Amino acid sequence: MRVSATRRCLAVALCVLAMLLAPQAFAQVSDPTPLQFSDGAEEDRFHRLAAELRCVMCQNQSLADSDAQIAHDLRREVLALMQAGRSDREIKDFLVQRYGEFVLYRPVVSPATWLLWFGPALLLLAGAVVVWRIIVRGNAAEPVPRDDGQEW
Amino acid sequence: MNTPGPAPAPAPGRMPTGNYLFVGVIIFLFFLGLMGLLYYGVQQSDRAGRDALPSPLIGKPAPEFDLPLLHQPEQRFTLAELRGEPFVMNVWGSWCPECRVEHPVIARFALTKRVRFIGYNLKDPREDALRWLEQYGNPYLMVVVDESGRTAIDFGIYGAPETFLVDADGIIRWKHVGVVTDEIIANELIPALELAEAGR
Repeated sequence: MRVSATRRCLAVALCVLAMLLAPQAFAQVSDPTPLQFSDGAEEDRFHRLAAELRCVMCQNQSLADSDAQIAHDLRREVLALMQAGRSDREIKDFLVQRYGEFVLYRPVVSPATWLLWFGPALLLLAGAVVVWRIIVRGNAAEPVPRDDGQEW
Repeated sequence: MNTPGPAPAPAPGRMPTGNYLFVGVIIFLFFLGLMGLLYYGVQQSDRAGRDALPSPLIGKPAPEFDLPLLHQPEQRFTLAELRGEPFVMNVWGSWCPECRVEHPVIARFALTKRVRFIGYNLKDPREDALRWLEQYGNPYLMVVVDESGRTAIDFGIYGAPETFLVDADGIIRWKHVGVVTDEIIANELIPALELAEAGR
């Protein structure tokens, strides 16, 4: 009992030691300084913009939420572009040119994205046609007798 | 009471049958579509780099860069110096475990001298990068260093490993995100390279 507890302690200590040592062996170069906003308005604009951009690495997170290294770097880049006086449109174009349409949570309407934009409306329309046909056919026929053998 | 009863029954009975058939076919087709999508997803699930984004830079000029060399840090290297022949640019870092997986494959192909291989060391402390190459071998003609990762953004790089093929005119012809295998070299890189050379 006693020996096993000591051994477990030792194992835990080794794990902790390994975890402490491991990141140093594989760490990426990362700028630890937090983003420097010049004022609150700039910070608000930055957060709004970052929430509309998708992280390219962890693809279901926004640039604002992601903790991936590339998201850190892109946030820094976005802020640098903002401080260089670029508009939101220009910053989005900058990222689209490099990473593709994918980075936009709200893709632009173009022939390539028509299905994406109008697909749901098309489905709704198809559903409406089906329902309409059923109603028209149903009206044309005489009322169904109460007992026609249908269970549903 | 008894005689008119059975007479109207077939008429309303037939119409709903047609409707149910129509609705049934629609639902079946929808279901079939979903199954097809699911099957496609399962088929794709073990494909390497299935999460990889298509690069918008394919067919466009590679962004100009001006980066220091790993082995001669005082010396800078620009993309323009690579014009005239195609080259492969392999993005790696000592912090990237998959890079170690693909490294023997990259090395084997690079050492055939079929095409020039440039190493792109991304966000790596210099000592780590040097130690990594010493340990696993250096198949690269030269290694450029992008410690901040700023130039990588111009290339649309979002991690490592990533591999680019740039032609003699500096146009990006092919890109692969993730581990390069022998199959990828044979089925994708070499055909793209042959196309790039034929276009010259």
